[in-house]
Amino acid sequence: MLEKALKGSPKYYMWIGFLLLIILGASGVYLMQLMQGLTITGMSRDVSWGFYIAQFTYLVGLAASGVMIVLPYYFHHYKKFKDLVIFGEFMAIGAVVMCLGFIVVDIGQPQRMLNVLLYPTPNSILFWDMVVLNGYLILNVLVGWTCLEADRQHLPHPKWTKVLAYTSIIWAFSIHTVTAFLYQGLPGRHYWLTAILAARFLASAFCSGPAILVLVILLTEKVTTFKANVEGIATLAKIITYAMCVNVFFFLLEVFTAFYSNIPGHMHSLVYLFKGVHGHHELVPFMWTAAALGLGSLALLIPPKLRDNIKLLPWSLGILVIATWIDKGLGLLIGGFNPTPFETIAPYWPTGKELIISLMIYAIGALVVTVLFKIATEVKEETGASQKTAETAEAN
Amino acid sequence: MNNTRRNFLKFAGLTAAGLCVASAGSVIAAGTGSTIKDGEKALKAKRWGMVIDTKKAGTKEAIDALAKACHSVHNVPDIPGTQNVKWIWAVGFEEAFDQPNNYMDESLEKRQFAVLCNHCSSPSCVRVCPTKATYQRPDGIVAMDYHRCIGCRYCMAACPFGARSFNFMEPRLHLDLANLNKSFPTRMRGVVEKCNFCVDRLADGKIPACVEASQGALVFGDLSDPASEVRKVLREHYTIRRKPALGTEPGVYYII
Amino acid sequence: MKLYNGGKIITGLVIFLGIFLAPLAYNAGKAAYSQPKLKLPENEKECVESKEFMRTKHMQLLNEWRDYALRDGQRFYVNSKGKEFEMSLQKTCMKCHTNKAEFCDKCHNDASVTPYCWDCHIQPEGLKK
Repeated sequence: MLEKALKGSPKYYMWIGFLLLIILGASGVYLMQLMQGLTITGMSRDVSWGFYIAQFTYLVGLAASGVMIVLPYYFHHYKKFKDLVIFGEFMAIGAVVMCLGFIVVDIGQPQRMLNVLLYPTPNSILFWDMVVLNGYLILNVLVGWTCLEADRQHLPHPKWTKVLAYTSIIWAFSIHTVTAFLYQGLPGRHYWLTAILAARFLASAFCSGPAILVLVILLTEKVTTFKANVEGIATLAKIITYAMCVNVFFFLLEVFTAFYSNIPGHMHSLVYLFKGVHGHHELVPFMWTAAALGLGSLALLIPPKLRDNIKLLPWSLGILVIATWIDKGLGLLIGGFNPTPFETIAPYWPTGKELIISLMIYAIGALVVTVLFKIATEVKEETGASQKTAETAEAN
Repeated sequence: MNNTRRNFLKFAGLTAAGLCVASAGSVIAAGTGSTIKDGEKALKAKRWGMVIDTKKAGTKEAIDALAKACHSVHNVPDIPGTQNVKWIWAVGFEEAFDQPNNYMDESLEKRQFAVLCNHCSSPSCVRVCPTKATYQRPDGIVAMDYHRCIGCRYCMAACPFGARSFNFMEPRLHLDLANLNKSFPTRMRGVVEKCNFCVDRLADGKIPACVEASQGALVFGDLSDPASEVRKVLREHYTIRRKPALGTEPGVYYII
Repeated sequence: MKLYNGGKIITGLVIFLGIFLAPLAYNAGKAAYSQPKLKLPENEKECVESKEFMRTKHMQLLNEWRDYALRDGQRFYVNSKGKEFEMSLQKTCMKCHTNKAEFCDKCHNDASVTPYCWDCHIQPEGLKK
C-alpha cells in the first residue's frame, strides 16, 4: 500500500517537501546539540527536564487518544466510527514516533540509549515507559496496517487483529498511566506527587487527543475526497466535552486539596504558576490564558447547539488544545520543578534552538501522519467508504 | 555427510549461539587463572555515614574550603551560571531544611549548612535509574557509573535534595587542565554526577576529602558500628537530617 | 532462460561491484600492513597478562575491571603468577604506559577505532586546552 504515498497532487508534494525541508534544516541544530551538549537548551541544574519532556508527555496523550474511537467501535460496536478507526490508529503511530523522538533528543548520551535494554531495570518507570510505548507502536502498526489492507481487498479483518485491537485498548490506558507514574512516584516534587495525576493525564489526553484528531480529520476532508461520518464526529465531540469536564474537575480537586489543607508544599507550585512567588511571574499570563481558554472551550462545547455547529467546532477544539497544551506541555513540567528542593524559584524558558529541535520532531510526526493518512484516504476512495457525495463535494 | 540446507542452518545457528555465549562470558573467568580481591588498605563499613557539626563548619568560607578540597580531588568543573556542577556547597537553614521558623535565633539565621548527596538508605535516584548507572553499594554508598549513564536526568527529578548535577556541556572547558588530579577521571558531557562519599579514597585507606579538610567539623564512619566515632558523636549531640518525612533515610546528619 | 531488463541489471551489478571493490583497488600495490611500533615501558617487561591476551582482550578486561572496581568494590586483580594489580586505568595501566600517543593511539588509529576512555580518563601526558 505504501506506493499510494508516492503518488499525489503537486500540493501534496509541496507539503511533503516543506516538511522535509524543516526536518533537514532543524537537524543541523540538533547536530549542534549533539556536539555541544544540552547546554544549548534553557534547562538548568534545577529545571533538569524542559520543553522536550513536556512535549513527550503531551504527545503520549495524543497517542492514547485513538482509543476514544477504537473503544466504542470494538467494545460497543458503534458503527459510526467504522471509517474513523484507522485514523485513530494512524494518529497514534505518528504520536508515538514523536514521543520517542522527544525522548531521544532529550537524552545526554543518545548513543548509549540501548543501555536501557542491555541492563533492563524493572524498578525504573522509564524502563516500563519504553516497553509500553514501543508495544503500543507495534500494536497500532500491526492492527492498522492489516485492517486497511484487508479493507482494500474487500476481505474481512483477520481474527487476530481483533485480539490485538482489544489489547491495544487496554494498552492505551497503560501508556498514559505509566507516563504519569514517571512523575507521580517522585518524593519531594509536590506538584506531581498526587494519586490523581494519572487520572488527570488520562482525562486531559481523552479531550485534547481526540480534539487534535478531529481537527486533522477536518483538514483531511478539505484536501481529499474523504468525508467523515457527521454523526461520528458529533459523538467524538461529545466524548471530548465529557473528558474536558472531567479534566477541569480533577484540576479543581487539586486546587481544593492544596488550599483548604493550607499545606505550603502543596500550594507552592500552584501559587508560582498562577500568582508568582519571590518576584517570579514567568508563567502567570500563560496559566490564566489556559484557564480562560479551558473554560471558554467548555462554554462552546457543552451547549449541544454550539457543539453540533460544524463551522464553530474547529474553533472550540482549537482553544481546548491550546488550553490543555499550556497546562501539560508547559505548566506541569515547570511547576513540578518549582519551587526547587531548596524552596527557591528557578525560571525556565526554552531557547530558540530548543524550539527548532522540537519543531523538527513535530515535522517528523506530521510527515508520518501525512503519509499514513494519505494511504488511508486513498484506500477509502478506492473502496468507496465514507466518500463525499456530489453536493457535499461542491459545497467544499 | 548429507549437506542439506536444513543442516547448514542448524550448524550456522549453533555457531552463532556459541559466539554469543563466548563473547558474553567473562574474559577473566575464561582461564586466565586470575582472582579478584579487595585491597588490604581499604576502609570498610556496613553503612557509611557522616555527621556535620554546623557550629564548627557554619560559614560560607568554611564550607567553600570543603568544596575546594572535594572539587579538586574529583576534578569537578567550575561552571558559571545555572548549568553548574557541584558536589558539596553551602546553603541557608530554610533552603537546607524544610522547617521554617519565623523567630529563629540570629546565629542560626546567619549560619550556612554544607549540603551534599545524602547517600540515602532507600535512594529514590537508584529506584528510578533505567540502566543501573546509579546504584547502591553494600556499604550504603550511592555510586555512579559514568560509563553507563545515558543522561536521561530522571535521577535529578527524583532526588529531593537537589544533590545531582548534569554535565550540560563539556566539563573540561571549565577545568584547570594543568592542575587535574591525575588519579581520578573527569566526566564527559551528557552524564549526571554527584558526591561519591570518596569511594576512590576509601579504597586507598583515606577518609573523604571534605572530612580531611574540615578540621574535625565533619565526622565520617560506620553508622552500623556502635563503637564508631560517628555513633559517638550522634549519641552526644542532637542531630537532624534533611527532609526525613520523605522516607529516603539520609546518611548525613547535622548537629545544629 | 531469459533475463528481463538485463542491461539495467548488469550495469547495476557492475557499478555495485566497482564501489564494493574500490577499497581493494585503492590499496593494491601498497605495502602490506605492518604492526605499528609501540613504545613499550622501559622498566617493566610483563603486563597484567600475556602480550597476546592483552593485544586481543584488553578491552574486555578493562570492562570487567570497571565493574569489579565500581560495583563490587573489589579493586585488586591477582594474575596467574600471583602478582597483584589495582584495577585502575589511570593508576595502573598508565603508570607503565606513560604515553597514550605512543602506545594506545598507534593501534587504535590503524584500526580506526576511537574508544571514549579519554573523554573522561586523563592521559598520562596531561591535557591541553
